[in-house]
Amino acid sequence: MKLPNFDYACPTSLAEAIDLLARHDGDAKPISGGQSLMPMLAFRLAAPSLLVDLRLVPGLDRITVDESGVELGARVRWRDVEADERLARACPLLAAAIPHIAHYQIRNRGTIGGSLAHADPAAELPAVALACAAEIVIEGPDGRRVVAAQDFFLGPLTTALEPAELIVAVRFPPWPAARRHGFQEFSRRRGDFALAGVALFFDEESGLIGNAHVAGFGIGDVPQRLAGAEAELNGRAPTLETFAAAARAAAAEVAPQTDIHAEADYRRALLGTLTERTLAQAAGLGHAA
Amino acid sequence: MTTERITLTINGTETTLDVPVRMTLADALREKARLTGTHVACEHGVCGACTVLVDGLAVRSCLMLAVQADGAEILTVEGLAPDGALSPLQASFRAHHALQCGFCTPGILTTMHALLTAEPDADEERIRDVLSGNLCRCTGYLPIVEAVLAARDSYRRTEETP
Ligand SMILES: Cc1cc2nc3c(=O)[nH]c(=O)nc-3n(C[C@H](O)[C@H](O)[C@H](O)COP(=O)(O)OP(=O)(O)OC[C@H]3O[C@@H](n4cnc5c(N)ncnc54)[C@H](O)[C@@H]3O)c2cc1C
Ligand code: FES
Ligand code: FES
Repeated sequence: MKLPNFDYACPTSLAEAIDLLARHDGDAKPISGGQSLMPMLAFRLAAPSLLVDLRLVPGLDRITVDESGVELGARVRWRDVEADERLARACPLLAAAIPHIAHYQIRNRGTIGGSLAHADPAAELPAVALACAAEIVIEGPDGRRVVAAQDFFLGPLTTALEPAELIVAVRFPPWPAARRHGFQEFSRRRGDFALAGVALFFDEESGLIGNAHVAGFGIGDVPQRLAGAEAELNGRAPTLETFAAAARAAAAEVAPQTDIHAEADYRRALLGTLTERTLAQAAGLGHAA
Repeated sequence: MTTERITLTINGTETTLDVPVRMTLADALREKARLTGTHVACEHGVCGACTVLVDGLAVRSCLMLAVQADGAEILTVEGLAPDGALSPLQASFRAHHALQCGFCTPGILTTMHALLTAEPDADEERIRDVLSGNLCRCTGYLPIVEAVLAARDSYRRTEETP
C-alpha cells in the first residue's frame, strides 16, 4: 500500500532531532534504515505526522572496539557489523547472529538502533543484547541515560524509550578470549524472522561451566533470559547430559503463544531443541546443525 | 501534501525531481523518472522486485523514501544496458532461461550485479544466500543460479562494468 501522508525533516544534529521529536509530542517518529518503519507505514500500523530522518545526524555510525568492550552507534548498519573483522573476536555472539538477520538488501540499510527500538520479539539483536547484558545509551530532552538491555524491552514493539528519546549507541561488555558461545535459530525460509532462537555464552573454570547467559527469542513478548537453563549449567561439566537437562529447563520456563506461524507447543519444543544444539555448538560437541 | 525537490543521478544522468515526501524511491523512479524497469509488487520489503543500487549498494526501493535519495547515485535495471545491448549478466540470464514471466528479473539482476561487482568470486552458496532476498514464482531458481555462476567471469575480467 502507498504510505500515509506525513511531513519529513532531516536534522543535522542530535539536539535538533530530539527537539523536533519533543515538539511533536509523540506524533513524530525517527527513521533510521526504514527497514521496519517503512513496512509499518505501508500497513498503516504507524501513521506519524512527521518523520525525523537520522541520516545526517553526525557521530551515530561509529564502531568502537577497546578494552571496555564494543560500542555500536545507533546508525551502524547490519552490513557495517558484517564487514568489521574486529567484531568476530570482540563480540563473537553478535557476529554470529548478524547473518541470520533479514536479507542482503535489507542488511544494506537496516540499523542497530532501529532494531533495538523496533523491539520485534523474534529479532536477533535484542536477544544478543540481552544475553550479553549490553547497555543501551539513550539521549532525550532531559539529557543522556543508560538502560540495561534487561530493562529496555517491555513488550512486543514496546521499549523503555520515551517519545522524544533516541538511542545513540549500544555497549557490549568486554569478551574474554576463552568464552564459549553459540547462536541458533529456526525459520521456515532463510532471512525470515525466527520461529524461535537461542543466543548464549558461558565461561569454563577448571572444567566446569560458570557465568552461563542464555537468551531465547521468538518465544514470547520479549526476548527472555532463561534462568532455569542457566542454573542447570552453572557448576556442571559441559557434557551432552548437562545440555539436555538445560534444554528441558529452557522448554519448561517459556510460555510461547500460538500464532499463524506456529503452535505454542511446537515453539516450546523447538526452543528446547535449539537450546541443546546451541550449547553443543558452543562446546564444540557436534550435532550443531 | 508536502513536496520536495531532489537532485540525484540516475543511471549516470543527473536528474531533478519534485516528489511528495511520502513517495517511495520505487514510485519516484517509475512515475516521476518514467523508468518502469524497476518493478513493484509487495511494497513492504518482502519480495525484492524493486531492488536498485543506491551509491553502489543493492537496496529495496520500496523501503526508502525518494527524499532520502537526494544527492545519491542510483542504478536501475535500465542502467545495466545503457545502449540497449544486454550486459553479460543479462545475456547469461537469457542463455540459461533464468526468467519466465520476468516480473522478478529486474530486482534479481540488480541484486546479482551488486553482488558480483563486490564479490566476483561469490560461490554458489553465497549466491543462493543473497538470492534468498528475491522471490521468483516461475523459475524455481535453478536456472538463475546457473546464469549468475556463468556470468562471474565477466565481472572478474572487466573491473569496469556498467
Ligand atoms: C523482509 C524483511 C525481513 C526482515 N527480517 C528480519 C529478521 O530476520 N531479523 C531482524 O531482526 N530484523 C528483520 N527485519 C527488520 C530489519 O532488521 C530492520 O532493519 C530493523 O528491524 C530496524 O532497523 P532500521 O534501521 O531499518 O529501523 P527503522 O525502520 O528506521 O525504525 C524502526 C523503529 O525504530 C525507531 N527508531 C529508529 N532509529 C531509532 C533511534 N536511533 N532511536 C530511537 N528510535 C529509533 C523508528 O522510529 C521505528 O519505530 C526484516 C525486515 C524486512 C523488511
Ligand atoms: S516491492 Fe519492494 S520488496 Fe516487494
Ligand atoms: S520469472 Fe516470473 S517471478 Fe521470476
